Amino acid sequence: MGKLFAIILTIIALASAYPIVVHKYVQPVDISTHGHAIDEQLSDTMAEAGFAFLGAQLLLAFFVWKFSNRKDGSKVTHLPGGAKLMVATAFILVGTEVLALGVLGQKAWADVYFTPPKPDALQVQAQAGQFAFYFRYPGADGKFAPLHPDKIDEGNGNYFGLDPANDVDARDDIVTGELAIPINREIHLLMHAKDVGHSFYVRELRIQQDFVPGLDLSLHFTATQPGRYEIVCTQLCGLGHYNMKAYLNVLSQEDFDKWLKEKATEQ
Amino acid sequence: MRMKQAYLAGLTMLVASVIATYAAPGGGTISGKVTYEGTPAKPKPIDMSKEPSCAKQHATPVMTETVVTGPNNSLENVVVYVSAGAPDENAPSQPVRFDQKGCQYIPHVLAFQVNQTLEIANDDQTSHNIHPLPKINREWNKSQPPGTPPMTDKYDKPEFIPVKCNIHPWMHGNFAVLKNSHYAVTQGEGSFTLANLPPGKYTITAWHESYGDQTQDVTISGSEAKTVNFVFKAKPY
Repeated sequence: MGKLFAIILTIIALASAYPIVVHKYVQPVDISTHGHAIDEQLSDTMAEAGFAFLGAQLLLAFFVWKFSNRKDGSKVTHLPGGAKLMVATAFILVGTEVLALGVLGQKAWADVYFTPPKPDALQVQAQAGQFAFYFRYPGADGKFAPLHPDKIDEGNGNYFGLDPANDVDARDDIVTGELAIPINREIHLLMHAKDVGHSFYVRELRIQQDFVPGLDLSLHFTATQPGRYEIVCTQLCGLGHYNMKAYLNVLSQEDFDKWLKEKATEQ
Repeated sequence: MRMKQAYLAGLTMLVASVIATYAAPGGGTISGKVTYEGTPAKPKPIDMSKEPSCAKQHATPVMTETVVTGPNNSLENVVVYVSAGAPDENAPSQPVRFDQKGCQYIPHVLAFQVNQTLEIANDDQTSHNIHPLPKINREWNKSQPPGTPPMTDKYDKPEFIPVKCNIHPWMHGNFAVLKNSHYAVTQGEGSFTLANLPPGKYTITAWHESYGDQTQDVTISGSEAKTVNFVFKAKPY
């Protein structure tokens, strides 16, 4: 019976590892310059966790196989040092693993969060609100006009709370429902939450960042492949959370300029 | 001969209907046009791409309806009603219907009477959350998944109530809850007619969701027809 258990344990462990080893679940296409570092990090994490998992399961199966059905009545022996040593060893092993992943991953993280965007990066403001994303481009003057929450009038297309009647800078701001960006140009995304916490997640960009009310967070990234990708909110934000999404449209510089001009006339 | 009979019958019906409309005992009429002067704000296209089931219902993007204008500076969606001079009336028994179709409210401005049954229907393949924002009446917000029967409600005090959808931020409409049946909502030509007014002195109010309201006093004697026009000052922003 013990030997059967060891066999089943081995089969389960190997069968669980199989789809990961043969890359059955492929990553979605990566369209960003920093995405490969995130993918490598994920892959390293998976390999490390996978080896630990397989090692532990196979070792368990080995002991079950070797010491099951003992008929000679010999006494059970333990590793020297008892539970204390076992806990200390586990602590050191797991700690080393976590530290190693942190050290390996710090570059991927730092590229996105600790490096400032280039001075010529295109600034776009993203606003998350229940339950839609809206985006704002600074227009011809290159300036984002200040926001006045009391001026928000969504039925009239004023999602940000601009005050064009009194504020000249606001008159050329371009507000859109989709995030169009030029290809191969760095984007500096200024993140603004209108009400509660939300999240900006584009899996092809390998970016997932929370919006926090009251905090001016920002992101920078460069998209390398044209196409239309989904932006979804991944932070439960209320009744319509399931429905909160927008689209990222990566265009050639020429198409982007045309698009922006067209949007400017709609304001 | 047969032609002549038909002609006579038609004429009789026409005359009868004109008499019924305009010459009812004490039936004065106030009609007119609502226009704007100046430059109104431009309607903006609405991006519905996050709700594909709605987006595909519109060949061209839906425009914002806060200010809708027609030919010759006419102004749509203005509620013209008798705000003083006419007695309060009981609500008619037939309900009014407020539709959610293609992620838009139809009509954009719905006028009805105090205690009249309001039916709200969801014709879309997506959930809506109707949230009227009254200040005097009772406030509520309710979800309405696709395929559910229309919900009903009543308002017991007169008020202009903005309506929004908590799921689709661009959806915006208005309820005009009025005390009597003498009201009209202007359409494409900006014209309105308030019929069957007994002789008396009336205050006529024209209300627009963005431009506010204006009033004019009118005295009706007998079955006369009077003309009242309203001109709103439009703002570009």
